[in-house]
Amino acid sequence: MWKSELAAAILLTLAVGSVHAKDYGIGRPATPGEIAAWDTDVRPDGLGLPKGKGSAAEGEPLYEAQCASCHGSFGESNDYMAIAGGVGTLKSDAPLRTVGSKLDYATTLWDYIQRAMPFTAPKSLTADQTYAITAYVLHLSNIVPLDAVLDQNTLPQVKMPNREGFTLKHGLGSVKGKPDVQNTACMKDCEKTVKVRSELPADFTASMYGDLSQDFRSIATMSKVSTTPTKPAAAVAASPAKLSAQYACSACHGIANKVVGPGMREIAAKYKGHADAEAKLLAKLAAGGAGAWGSVPMPPQAHVPEADRKTLIQWILAGAPD
Amino acid sequence: MTKSLPQAGRVIPAPENVLPSEAMLSRRNALKTLVGGSVGLAAGSALAATDPGLGIAPWAKVLGKPVAADAYGMPSQFEKNIVRRESPGLTRTSQSSVAFTPLQNLFGIITPNGLHFERHHGGRAEVDPYQHRLMVHGLVREAKVFTMEDLLRLPSVSRIHFIECGANTGMNWANVAVPTVQYSHGMLSCSEWTGVLLSTVLDAVGIDRKQAKFILAEGADAAGLTRTVPIEMALDDVMLAYGQNGEMLRAEQGYPLRLLVPGVQGVSSVKWLQRIEVGDKPWHTREETLHYSDLMPDGLSRQFTGIQECKSVITSPSGGQKLLDKGYYQISGFAWSGRGAIKRVDVSTDGGRNWRTAELQTPVLTKALTRFRADFIWDGSPTLLQSRAMDDTGYVQPKIRQLREVRGTRSIYHNNAIQTWLLDANGEVHNVEV
Ligand code: HEC
Ligand code: HEC
Repeated sequence: MWKSELAAAILLTLAVGSVHAKDYGIGRPATPGEIAAWDTDVRPDGLGLPKGKGSAAEGEPLYEAQCASCHGSFGESNDYMAIAGGVGTLKSDAPLRTVGSKLDYATTLWDYIQRAMPFTAPKSLTADQTYAITAYVLHLSNIVPLDAVLDQNTLPQVKMPNREGFTLKHGLGSVKGKPDVQNTACMKDCEKTVKVRSELPADFTASMYGDLSQDFRSIATMSKVSTTPTKPAAAVAASPAKLSAQYACSACHGIANKVVGPGMREIAAKYKGHADAEAKLLAKLAAGGAGAWGSVPMPPQAHVPEADRKTLIQWILAGAPD
Repeated sequence: MTKSLPQAGRVIPAPENVLPSEAMLSRRNALKTLVGGSVGLAAGSALAATDPGLGIAPWAKVLGKPVAADAYGMPSQFEKNIVRRESPGLTRTSQSSVAFTPLQNLFGIITPNGLHFERHHGGRAEVDPYQHRLMVHGLVREAKVFTMEDLLRLPSVSRIHFIECGANTGMNWANVAVPTVQYSHGMLSCSEWTGVLLSTVLDAVGIDRKQAKFILAEGADAAGLTRTVPIEMALDDVMLAYGQNGEMLRAEQGYPLRLLVPGVQGVSSVKWLQRIEVGDKPWHTREETLHYSDLMPDGLSRQFTGIQECKSVITSPSGGQKLLDKGYYQISGFAWSGRGAIKRVDVSTDGGRNWRTAELQTPVLTKALTRFRADFIWDGSPTLLQSRAMDDTGYVQPKIRQLREVRGTRSIYHNNAIQTWLLDANGEVHNVEV
């Protein structure tokens, strides 16, 4: 192969006096089998979908076994990514972006599951399994019924709730696009008033990022920076409000109002009457994470002793009394 | 080892430093006694008076290490804290995560290979270059498979370009959320990339220029990441890059082959590149629908928003730094534009009321980081530092308010707003919004 192409290239060189401007005679032809093996991508019109089929009902046990540990039985998990729900929330102040609420074509879901999931064993699902799981994930957002069977023909026809939710009307698609926001290069007296509108709460940085001096080069001081991260002061008494200050919960949570995270009483209100709230929030507190209140995550709080975590959650759920 | 050096601050403090508070105090007191409280440009010489003198350093009295003691050289042992960092709590797994470039520690415009930011969707793949293949197929005369050796034989180019993640500074859309420039702007790096222009390879396989409208690029990693790139871009300056600052790509950057789409959000520069398909319609992959599409206040998502518009940030002084004292400092930072070259950068020390033009350091290249600097004498009072870049299309970097008026606060991507740092009366620098 190599030799014959080289020969061809030399022939070309002889023929036109220089290397052909387009073909260097480098690389070998891809065989149809090789192309079929690698060309697994799927387009919205269904091009690329393989033969096979599966129903949402068939997908349920597969999903439970291979996906639910990370995404939750109802696709609701925010520990990893929620993959169901949020339909109709994209206009709201707390949009929940999931495959159910945001995708415009169901083919994208098939393509992604097939190439990237399960996270720790990608490309391990058969075509039938992928159709079945795709159907079940769509079912979790009430997009298809449990008896829906998806295949090459039916999958591209699934109408996603956000089908009309995308726009190409913007200037960011091409280097020549027209910017949507304009500033001027004003040089003097450009602002009437300058006010600091947003800053980080005082304890936030230390509790979340430790000693920032470590992030800088310290040559000029000629003294090495400290290696011990700043620690919260030791507990005096274990009143919940004190614990909240000691572990810097209060740096991110106001009693009533949002700071970085939601207000304590907002949390109490949200979970009022939820029997499993304490267990759920204890798990969330240890693991940290985003999604329940917005996209800003809470850092894991597993460094807080378990007993104190419990005290704090119970106190928060009771409405953070003084 | 530093202990054996004279302790007094003989050196005029570079802005990038931190002094324990006792040391800071004694230093301030020393200054007061010496110059009666009026410190400023004289600080350096005043301090020299207290310098106990220079001894013979220990390393001057022993024979040093032989050449090639480290066959592949590493940064000095004193630079151990100059590292990429994950932002605590940002992601749920470290395989689909980000490690941010410490922009506050860099000089010039080139990011050292070991500090280039990392963003993977399915972990860092370890690809054997001997087994790696690139397939190019679709609307072409002849679909082909290339080995790395094939690609290294083709005519090459070397170009300096930045890569910025579309979500860089995304955490600041609604309010300030992170303390340092590493976390606020560190999904940004700049390298000299070497490789083959994609157009060279597309011509070699005989691309159907009439029908071809898009290409799909696919990675060989666990995520099998895919992105659609419009054909105008693909045939313009897009590269198949195998070189990074003179060596092969780092594994974190897609060793042995990545796509490089200059000026466009990083996700398009698919790493561990194994396949290019030429087609006539976009693919609507996960990374161009669910993610990397910008949600607007009306609930519509802007799709295929690739261009990283003109932006700048002051990296020194910047959030988390502590200035030792009043007096002279240099304001320094980066400016860049996905639409071309930087034309001008202005800086403000009063929160955007008044501006003056900074100096641009050469080289000033298209779709590359540009280094700017300006003199700054700090009078010890709270100061709001900003930079504002303009590119050669005449576009001026916007204020966050202007961006929000049009795009709301939920879009995650493409926040190129002017950054404000508050230098407080203690010399501490904070991320704030005005
Ligand atoms: C070990 C945990 C884990 C398992 C098991 C797992 N996933 Fe995931 N999944 C993830 C992570 C992490 C991501 C985000 C990846 C990224 O950031 O690119 C993800 C992303 C997704 C997404 C895209 C969500 C979005 O909004 O972008 C879908 C859909 C999905 N997974 C489906 C599945 C299905 C179906 C299965 C079972 C076949 C599965 N996952 C198994 C961890 C997991
Ligand atoms: C660095 C800021 C920060 C700190 C410190 C912090 N939180 Fe949070 N917290 C958040 C954020 C942000 C959220 C919202 C997360 C989300 O949207 O899922 C949150 C959410 C919560 C929730 C509600 C979780 C849910 O799923 O609804 C509880 C309960 C909570 N935090 C308790 C605590 C307690 C107790 C502490 C101290 C031990 C603490 N937090 C410390 C930022 C923080």
